[in-house]
Amino acid sequence: MSAQELYQEAIKALAAAGTGHGRLDAPDGRALLDNPLCGDRVEIEVKLSAGRIAALAHRVKGCLLCRAAAAAIGQRATGASAEEIERLAAQLAEMLERSGPPPAGWDSGWPELAAFAPVHGHRSRYGCVLLPFKSLLVALRAGSAGC
Amino acid sequence: MSFDPAALRRQFPLLAGDARLHYLDNASTAQMPQAVLERLVSHETRTRANVQRGSYALAERASEAYAGARERARRFLNAARAEEVVFTSGTTASINIFAQAFGARLAPADEIVISAAEHHSNFVPWQLLRDRSGARLRMLPLTRDGRIDLARLADFVTARCRLIAITHCSNVTGALTDIAAVRRAARAVGARVLVDGAQAAQHGAVDVQALDVDAYAFSGHKCFGPNGVGVLWVRAELLETLPPAFAGGGMVARVSLEQTSFADPPTRFEAGTPPIAQAVGLGAALDWMMALPWVEIRAHEERLARRLLGALGEMEDVSILGPRDTQARLPIVAFNLRDVHPHDLAQVLGDYGLCLRGGHHCAQPLHAAFGLEASTRASFAPYNDDADVDALLEGLAAARRILR
Repeated sequence: MSAQELYQEAIKALAAAGTGHGRLDAPDGRALLDNPLCGDRVEIEVKLSAGRIAALAHRVKGCLLCRAAAAAIGQRATGASAEEIERLAAQLAEMLERSGPPPAGWDSGWPELAAFAPVHGHRSRYGCVLLPFKSLLVALRAGSAGC
Repeated sequence: MSFDPAALRRQFPLLAGDARLHYLDNASTAQMPQAVLERLVSHETRTRANVQRGSYALAERASEAYAGARERARRFLNAARAEEVVFTSGTTASINIFAQAFGARLAPADEIVISAAEHHSNFVPWQLLRDRSGARLRMLPLTRDGRIDLARLADFVTARCRLIAITHCSNVTGALTDIAAVRRAARAVGARVLVDGAQAAQHGAVDVQALDVDAYAFSGHKCFGPNGVGVLWVRAELLETLPPAFAGGGMVARVSLEQTSFADPPTRFEAGTPPIAQAVGLGAALDWMMALPWVEIRAHEERLARRLLGALGEMEDVSILGPRDTQARLPIVAFNLRDVHPHDLAQVLGDYGLCLRGGHHCAQPLHAAFGLEASTRASFAPYNDDADVDALLEGLAAARRILR
């Protein structure tokens, strides 16, 4: 898979949009995770309502793939539960590692995530895509524990 | 002996078999020449046995080969005695072993001085030791051009200093450290000096007697040898007084229920079966290195680095980490392309056969000192040539198109 396919316009557009970038006032949960391989860093804050994401914000110091994945979260994650995000992240990991189908999601899916399919085969980059999801899950658990 | 990089490249099967491969990640791992590969295969097919234990002929030959590797390391370092050479699994293990052994004597008031330019391997072991011993860890800052600020030595090396652990060459900026200045500061207060030679040893033999330091560490895989082997050299008068860092077979004199007495160096510090074939391979790599014309090679490497630094320096969207000249530096060049993450840049360059590292290079404190998270690094070895620089410059142009 060439770099042109990896860095297709959909990925670049997602990263450029940076949907969800910022901070929340008084979040219920927060997480700051690093990718030990490359130093990417993702901070996510969430507000919860009835066990679901009411609002979220992220701050990413990282590569294009990491920023694009965080932006996909910014676009789609509001309304999801921790279990749904966990299932989605597992499906995404499956797509990356075993060229599985794009995550179906718990509703109409996250069509943006299909753009990450060319990352399959680039093992050193799986962590870049998954880091925002891992960070979101940690933030959700922290938020749930605090509720 | 005249130097021809193309001829040298032909000695490396991985490079000779792929003209499109531009291997510029030598600061991470250098390739292995055919002579080293053959020595490894020869040892494992004809001489494989444990060492320093058996008395049968095969074991004796294996022990002889292992001792021969130690002698080659001694010659490479110009050490006074082969017994000063401890085989480890690499520079990381060498520094950790030294930290454990030397650190056993530290008191809470003692100080260790490192720098902001250190690889994590010469940073984290001292943090762990600080946490265990209560000793104070002090960090020399960088100058504005990214060198270790040795003008501040007097501020950091006090009467409480017991050790300065410092890199011979930054694995990010390529800047060489003036070890003589470090040694003078250490000697003035009776402190010891450990030098992380992981990068410097790749660019020619080292003279530890001329450096006049107390300990020196380097890795096999950066010196055209195998993975999994490295060297910790320690001056005999110090090494003989150090307690072992690890315990097990091979490092003892006598064991009883009540107590254990330890073997003399270097085996006191080589618990368990050592990396025998790897050490033999490293010996072959050091032989190979010592036969090369390093004056010419260094001029060649410096010319490549100067050419790359010059080209990058003319690009308005490129920033270079550390010194922009080739004075007191090795051919390691780290840089950033504006609005492009190093991880993405390295990925795109890979499509053009370019092998460069993008990331923090296990030097996060150094990147933090520059206000950065990461960089892209090109590092040259003797087999690199102008075609590698050309390919990198073309790759950068492609990366701008693809990533922006």
